[in-house]
Parts: sequence; C-alpha cells; structure tokens
Amino acid sequence: MREIGIDALDDMARGAGILGTGGGGDPYVGKLLAREAIRRHGPVTVYDIDEVPADATVVPVSSMGAPTVLLEKLPGGTEELTALRALEAVLGRQATHIVPIEVGGVNSMIPIAAAAQAGLPLVDGDAMGRAFPEAQMVLPTLIGVRNTPMAVADDKGNTLVLDAVSNHWAERIARAACVQMGCQVSCADTVLRGDQLRDGLVPATLTLAEELGRAVRVARAEHADPVAAAVAVLGGVTLFSGKVVDVERRTTGGFARGRARLEGTGTLELDFQNEHLLARRDGAIVATTPDLICVLDTDSGEPVTTEAMRYGLRVTVVGAPCDPRWTTPAGLELAGPRYFGYDCDYLPLTAA
Amino acid sequence: MRIGIDVGGTNTDAALIGDGGQVLAAVKSPTTEDVTSGIAAALDALGATDVSAVMIGTTHFVNALVEAARLEPVAAVRLGLPATAALPPLVDWPDRLRETVEGAVHLCHGGHEYDGSPISALDVDELRAVAADIRRRGLRSVAISSVFSPVSDDSERRAAEILAAELGPDVHLSLSAEIGRVGLLARENATIVNAALRPLADRTVAAFGEALRRAGIDAPLFLSQNDGTLMDVDHARRYPVATFASGPTNSMRGAAYLSGLTDCAVVDIGGTTSDVGILSGGFPREAAGEAMVAGVRTNFRIPDVLSIGIGGGSIVGPDGSVGPRSVGFRLSSEALVFGGSTLTATDLAVAAGRAEIGDPSRVAGVDHERPLKVVAERVAEAVDRMRTSAAPLPVVLVGGGSVLIDRLPGFDDVRRPDHFEVANAVGAAIAQVGGEVDRVFSGPRETVLAEARAEAVERALRAGAREGSVRIVDVEELPLAYLPGDATRVRVKAVGDLDLEKIDA
Repeated sequence: MREIGIDALDDMARGAGILGTGGGGDPYVGKLLAREAIRRHGPVTVYDIDEVPADATVVPVSSMGAPTVLLEKLPGGTEELTALRALEAVLGRQATHIVPIEVGGVNSMIPIAAAAQAGLPLVDGDAMGRAFPEAQMVLPTLIGVRNTPMAVADDKGNTLVLDAVSNHWAERIARAACVQMGCQVSCADTVLRGDQLRDGLVPATLTLAEELGRAVRVARAEHADPVAAAVAVLGGVTLFSGKVVDVERRTTGGFARGRARLEGTGTLELDFQNEHLLARRDGAIVATTPDLICVLDTDSGEPVTTEAMRYGLRVTVVGAPCDPRWTTPAGLELAGPRYFGYDCDYLPLTAA
Repeated sequence: MRIGIDVGGTNTDAALIGDGGQVLAAVKSPTTEDVTSGIAAALDALGATDVSAVMIGTTHFVNALVEAARLEPVAAVRLGLPATAALPPLVDWPDRLRETVEGAVHLCHGGHEYDGSPISALDVDELRAVAADIRRRGLRSVAISSVFSPVSDDSERRAAEILAAELGPDVHLSLSAEIGRVGLLARENATIVNAALRPLADRTVAAFGEALRRAGIDAPLFLSQNDGTLMDVDHARRYPVATFASGPTNSMRGAAYLSGLTDCAVVDIGGTTSDVGILSGGFPREAAGEAMVAGVRTNFRIPDVLSIGIGGGSIVGPDGSVGPRSVGFRLSSEALVFGGSTLTATDLAVAAGRAEIGDPSRVAGVDHERPLKVVAERVAEAVDRMRTSAAPLPVVLVGGGSVLIDRLPGFDDVRRPDHFEVANAVGAAIAQVGGEVDRVFSGPRETVLAEARAEAVERALRAGAREGSVRIVDVEELPLAYLPGDATRVRVKAVGDLDLEKIDA
C-alpha cells in the first residue's frame, strides 16, 4: 500500500504517455483533473493486486471519446462518479476499489481523479498494459469477464446503462452513444472481483508508468540519454532512430489511420490507427501489435502521439514486449495485427 | 519608401527600405524606458520622413508577461457549463502570474459541442449578474472563452454583446475565437494574457504613434505578428498577444529577404544565444503543439526555434569553452577589446580578424582558433538538428554576434548578407498580411478543403492584402481520432502583399 500525491503525477503522466504507444490521448488534461481532485480530496491510496481481498468489487473507470474533444470540452467533474453510481445501482453493490482500464494515455489519470472523488482506493494495475482503441480489448475478455453492465455518463448529466450480448457489441453501442453525447464520456464497466485481478489485470502498471516517467526526467536532468533510460525500464529494444520524412493520414471507420516514414540509417515505416501498430524496417516487419511500439522524441525522451507525428521530428522508435497473455491465440484474435486489418501475423520482438 | 523598426529589450533598430526593395539606411539606438524617445531617436537618425508605411516589431508585450509587470487584472468568463467545471480558467498558471492577472473567474452556461450544436443555452440573467460582479470589482478587461468556439463563435459573440451592453465601451472584451485554435485551456490562456495586456497595448501603440509624429512622419503604422504578417494599429490595440513571437519571425524573414533565399536555415546570433530557425517558402516553420510562455501553456503560432547558449557576449572559459554564461548587455564595458577584463566570444572574433570592434591590440596573442572551431561546430550541430532533409541547405547568418562564424562544418553555402545586424527591422518592413482558418469541418474532403481555403483567402483580403497577391501557404488536415464519421480539423493559412491603397481608403 502506498499513496499517490500531486508530486507523482508529472512522472506518471509522462510514463503513461509512453505506454500509450502513440494513442490513448495526451495525459495533460487527465493530469490536471487528477491534480485538482487530489487537491480537493487528498491523496489516493494504492494497493498492489495481492493486497486486494478476494471478494472486493473492483471497478475500472475510464473516459471514452476523441482525445481532441477532451482538450477542448473539459469535463464537468461529476461524470466519473455519475457513471460509477449508475453502475453500482444495477450491480446492487458498491465498488470497493477503482482501477484503470488502460494505463496508456489519459486513462491512467482519470481513475486517480475518480478514486480521489469517491474516496476509494486504487488498484496498481490495468486491463491492457498499454493503450488499445476498443472497450473489448482487455484481458478480462480473455477470461470471460463481461464488460457489461456498462454505465456511460456525459457532462450534461445524461446517463446510459448498457447490457449487450458480447463485449464487442457493448463497444459498438457505447461508441455510437458516445458520439451523440458529445464525443467525450466517462465509463464504468468490466467489473472484476478481487480474486479475478491476477488473471484480469497487468500488475503494477501505475508504478511502471511512474518509474518510466521518472527515468526519463532524471536522465534528462543528468544530461544522459533519456530514450536509453526508457528502454531500460521497459525492457525493450531500440528499433530505429531517425527523422520523420513523411506522414500520410486518412480517416476510416472512426479511426485516424495513417503511415509515417522515418529515415536514418535505412528507413522505418510505422502504420498507425490511433496507436502505432506495425513497424517495418527496410521493408521487413520488426514489430507488431500487441507488442508496444513507442515513439519517443530523440532529444527529450517525451512520447510522440500519432496526432503529433510530423515531418522533421527526430524520434526513436522503441519496441517493448506486451503482457504474454496478449500473444496467446485468443489474445491475438482480440488485438493482433489481423484484427486491425493488416495482412500479417504477430512477430515477436527480437533484440536489435 | 517604408521603415521597419525592431523594438527589442536592449536596442531599437530601424531600417529604411526603398521602393525597389533595397535597404537605403539602417541604424541602432538604445531602447528607452518610455519606448517613444528610443524610436524617435532611431527615426531621427534615419532622417527620412516621406515614407508610405512604418512597420514595428516589438518584444514589449511578451516582456511584460515574463516580468509579470504592467498587466491588468482580468475577469475570465467561460461559457460551457455544465461541462468544463472540473478545470476552471487559470487552473495551471504559475502562482505569481495568476495573482497578478486573476481579477475574477466566472463559469457560465453556453458553449458548443464539436459539431457546433449547443452544450447548454446561453443564460442572459447569468451573464448580467457576471457583468454586475465585474462592475463591482472595478475590472476593466474581460476574457471570454467558450467550448469549441473555433467551430462556432456564436456563444462568445452573444455573451460579448450582453456584457458590452451592461458594461459600456470602457471595458475591453477579448474573445477566444479571435485569438487561438482548438484546445480550450491553451486558447483561453492566450485570451486572458491578451486581456491583461489591453491597457498596456493602448499606451504602447499610442507611444509608437507619438514617436512617429515627433519624427514628422505621417504614414500608416503596422505591427508584426507571430507568423510574419502585419496588423494595423487598431488590431494591435485589441490583440497585443499576436506580437509575442514576432522577434524571431522578423529576424528570419529579414534574413530571407536580405539573402534572397526562401528556403534556408537562419542563425540569429545575439549577445547571449544563437537562435536557429528554418524558413520554408519564405515563412518560418512553426512549432508543433502548445508553447509555454512565462510558464503559461498557450497555443500561439510560434516559430520553431532552437536556442543554444552561444552569442557575442559569451564568456570564454580557461579551458577554451564558450558560453552559456554571457556578459550580455555589458559587452561594451566588459569585453577585452572594450577595455574590460573578461575574455568574450567577441574578443575571439576580433583576434581572428573577423571583426573590427574596439581595440584589437588588447587581444593580440589570444588563442582564438580552437574555441571558435568549437563555436562553429556547436552552431552547425544545432542547424543540423533543425534540418528536415539531407538535401543541401543554405545557412544565413544574421545578428551582431554572427561575426563569430565564417564557416560551418557540413554546410557548403553559408552567407552573411549586407545589413545582417538589422535583419529583424528589415523583416518587420517587408511583412505581408495573412488570414488563417483552424476549425473542425465535417463533410467530403474536397468540399471541406475548398471551403477552408476560400475562408482563409477572404480573411487575408479583409486584413488588407492586395487582390490577386493572396496565396495559400499552408494546409494541414487532422482527422479526429476515435470518432466515426469524417470530422476533420483543418488549418489553412493564406498570405498576400499589403495593399497600402486599401489601408488608406
């Protein structure tokens, strides 16, 4: 057990940005939300997975929608608790713990704000170990945990409680509702019992995010290589270092798809759909989803989102192994390259 | 003829540009506390009164923010309830600046969704109560922001009408839709900064006008904006924040003009730093994302500049290292060549015979070769970090400190044009006028782009561009992630030559 105070948020947000693999939304607004909530309600207690009682009711709280909309239409501040209370009403029991559904990007911060407001402890872990774009792309889906009932709340006070025949259907319906509600909503869903956490979560990812962010900050302060520091914490490999020379974007089916070309010693092509999903070095695939493909600013070690990719940026592309459950056949069916429409199989990372 | 003036923290530079575009005269004069007499002195030294326009670039407003001085307390009014209440205006400001600027914060109903539909209805009674509170507190400047005002400025305009009717013409209103782009906190911050500068802008613009009158010049006055385009004095009074990054922009545009290049790297070497920027199509490459100014997150259009701690006043260490410590404006008393006791980068340049400044005999025997080689290597490395392709890139050196460099390793084409020391005043003189659109559009791509282009051109014409001279210089599309449909954020910038007849009319 430990506490998350205001001092931890900068590092954690930076690390969460790196774990967002280009997507998940800029954690800046999330960080401010967490900071203001902690300022008002005090620090948040965090438990390791092992410390949570078997009969606990652990509720992931997250935001859904377009990161660009979150930058413009800031939350009212009541959405998370409204969603949580609506979910508790249909569950017939109260949440005992809050947990992030997604450690990558802004959804690492939203649960901290929610936990501070609800006066509940947080669990150190998340259901992805990175960022993914859809609600069913979580480890609980692999162990048969349903993401419904799902409660969705907007800034205007509208609430939706959703039941669906599958986790995929819940995603489809919630996404459509989200657009109608103004493209930025809070969700409470995918309820886990305490004894399901070991199978349903990637452990200690909030701690990982904080360590990652700290390593980059400290390396920078000591004039050491911040990217190398990040690679060491991630246990990853440096795939490429170079300059962005072309970015091509298009929108299909609600995804900002695109491809970036980097030049350095050879070339690297990055395919992205909100997150970076595929990396080809000199024409040969070197990394694929669900492994993490993180793009960092070569000088500062700061994460570069797919939206911020632009001509001339000097970046280093880092591959980091995902949680091994994602590379099982069921995991790959949920979030492997073919699910995203790429005609290739998952290729495990090899040391560069 | 036209006159370009750069009012910096230390020097006021002026350049007289002939109708053929040639630099006829250039002067440097110390910046004065009242601004007016420094400009008047520079104008006197130039000696020309029969000019068609005067363009001024200034760091006066950004300096006020950095110093947290000369700022007006602001009433920040945001429209968007029930959304946005979690993070009220000024939420992420440095404490000292916030204390100076925060007059009152009001969260009100109104604002728009991403598609322009209302979040909630504007509440007239609520805004009247806000006006009463503003009057009671005696505040004279108001910043109005609303959610998605870059998509629809309806809420902001109606709220401004209501507040103006209640508060009268003596209270300034700054609207976020006219100042920034998508990103509420950053745009709102810029609007609050603008509101805090409004009274200072009135005084400063009046001082500029007075300086011209004193010099006997009766010509329209313009101020340079961050993106290298001009605004007239009326606009400058209302949008002082638009001048924030005009310093580096003017020096880059001036360097392009003096060298005849439109695509190049520009290194402006001053007393303390060397600032490296990239010109593409005659305009500075802009920094991506949000820029911090005095600890405030904004989304100004700011040139992408890399600064390193090497300048004419840089102190040379016993080990031959140069900078980042600098004698700054005390160069003329502390450098060896001026009879001082500190070995500076300028002394090295004199010792190497690259500059004739002060007394060269005082630096005879100084080892200049190795430290100047290090200076050249570090500047070359900075230019290399900023370049965007392996293609040959010409480098233009400007600023008083550029005498430190004669060659850059890895760059074959390095130039220091005539009048390099007043490049920013020249940049001010040659500025164009522009129009920009940055909104979320939905619809088929071709229609959206055509609509955005037409709007940008229209804005440039309205700003005073000459018919037929306007061209699109930048188009950026950004599909909104995680959303079905085809909502796309589009930024288009158009610029054209200033039509003086249009201004006179």
